[in-house]
Amino acid sequence: MPALTQAQVQHIAKLARLTLTPAEAEKMTKELSSILQYVEQLKEVNTDSVIPTAQVTGLTNTLREDQVKPSEAKPDDLLGCSPMPIVEHQIQVPHAHG
Amino acid sequence: MNMSLSTLTISQAHEKLKKKEISSVELVKACIERIEKVDKNLNAVVFRNFDRALEEAKKTDSVGKFDHPLTGIPYLAKDVYCEKGVPTTACSNVLRDKTYLPPFDSTTTKRLKAKGAISIGKTNTDEFTMGASTETSCYGVTKCPWDLTRVAGGSSGGSAAAVSADECVFALGTDTGGSIRQPASFCGCVGLKVTYGRTSRYGGVSMASSLDSIGTLVKSVEDAALVLESIAGKDPMDSTTSDRPVPGYLRSLKGGLKGLKIGLPKEYFAKGIDPEVEQAVRSAAETMRKLGAEILDVSLPRTKYAIATYYVLCPCEVSSNMARYDGIRYGHTAAKPKDLIDYYLRARSTGFGPEVKRRIMIGTFALSAGYYDAYYLKAQKVRTLIKNEFEDAFKQVDIILSPVAPTPAFKVGAHTDDPLAMYLEDAFTVPINLAGIPGLSLPCGFSKNNLPIGMQLLGPQWAEETILRAGYAYEQATDWHKQKPALV
Repeated sequence: MPALTQAQVQHIAKLARLTLTPAEAEKMTKELSSILQYVEQLKEVNTDSVIPTAQVTGLTNTLREDQVKPSEAKPDDLLGCSPMPIVEHQIQVPHAHG
Repeated sequence: MNMSLSTLTISQAHEKLKKKEISSVELVKACIERIEKVDKNLNAVVFRNFDRALEEAKKTDSVGKFDHPLTGIPYLAKDVYCEKGVPTTACSNVLRDKTYLPPFDSTTTKRLKAKGAISIGKTNTDEFTMGASTETSCYGVTKCPWDLTRVAGGSSGGSAAAVSADECVFALGTDTGGSIRQPASFCGCVGLKVTYGRTSRYGGVSMASSLDSIGTLVKSVEDAALVLESIAGKDPMDSTTSDRPVPGYLRSLKGGLKGLKIGLPKEYFAKGIDPEVEQAVRSAAETMRKLGAEILDVSLPRTKYAIATYYVLCPCEVSSNMARYDGIRYGHTAAKPKDLIDYYLRARSTGFGPEVKRRIMIGTFALSAGYYDAYYLKAQKVRTLIKNEFEDAFKQVDIILSPVAPTPAFKVGAHTDDPLAMYLEDAFTVPINLAGIPGLSLPCGFSKNNLPIGMQLLGPQWAEETILRAGYAYEQATDWHKQKPALV
């Protein structure tokens, strides 16, 4: 599987919400292919009946009381971080359909 | 020789503050002067918060109470720690363009503040901590204080260089695949990567959430214990922190090495390792044997799969974490978008640098339909085997001793055109993050061309006390950590 095509790379870029110029896509195709080729060696490892590790804490279902607590950051502080226009305490974003 | 107050360790500075031999203002000023003198060559400090720091130091002096060892002590935080109202950019144009000012404090800087420590600025890192040399930073590379043609390491290269060059008394870093330990090794300071879950990640800019850990770069093992005692422990804002009680790390430092079993993993002394590094670490083992430790050989045969495992899992988590940078709630923006998707595409593509894009792409690929089982799930299973292997080794020994990096600091630009070669630099550090165990990096020698060499002491989960105790005993018997770079 390792060698990727430029068309595949452009498809992945779209999924990742990135645009690649043709030159970037060419470079990325080479780099990703060589990294994936390297990763292929994991196939050598027998992982039959091995349980996957997603986290290492040993903690499960860390719950807390469902209480409303004041937050350090106020809504207006958070809105103030946005580069977009703020209208009636909401962020105005571009139309979803052009 | 730089005899400024900024050369002091935390414990030395604390003694002087307590006896009123020096003031916090003098200490802060010494760090500021040092930064102004040497940072144009190093490029370790990316934001200078000097006015605010001096104000706080004045307040601290006027109260005049130095009961806690951190009160009145100036530090630098890696540019991924949110501090309320202080520019935090993760050294990325994504957050630098509109200068992100966090409206809240990270748990770690908040806890330090509560003890009276004084933040004097932010240090350089690879963009969003992705790199092993700080070369992917939007502010440019941080140079190694021992040789300005070489890198300080990464991603916490700014913090390591700043500590080694005495621009601060201590610094904060983060370690996802070696980002505290490797720069500490390249710059000749002490770096502690804690057990995953020992410190809170809240308010630290995330890279790979199951691997990221919060820790320190310091001038002595005692200082590592001291800072850890102040920042460790359960945080309701980070559900992955453990509620295990935080031990008194300082109290147990002086236990010595007698009876301690230390393992040397043969896979960490295999091909590719610089003979000078191997020699320095082996002679450190000999020193520890003379101090009463028993040295044993251990084997971690799956070490060779750690890089492949890490460079699947880390990019997958990166692609997920980086999705938040959509140019809407914060960060880099794009003018006159046609529609929402056009806005996302342009805001993200013009904001992220090449290494971040590369990792987002690998992760998106490995998580996409048809490839998930072959890459992500497979890597998660190999992670289990690597973790188990460490657990088995710790049935035979208390501590594992290994090199931190295969070589001393490399030249600026050495790996710029070969991302895979840069990834391979992490061979000895990433297994520790995959296993979630703690690692203490400390100086153990110098190469012939006067570059620091580091070793790491690894312990089982939650065994910070043991590795700090062993590191302290070694440090007392050697003076590598006291060497200073000959900067102008």
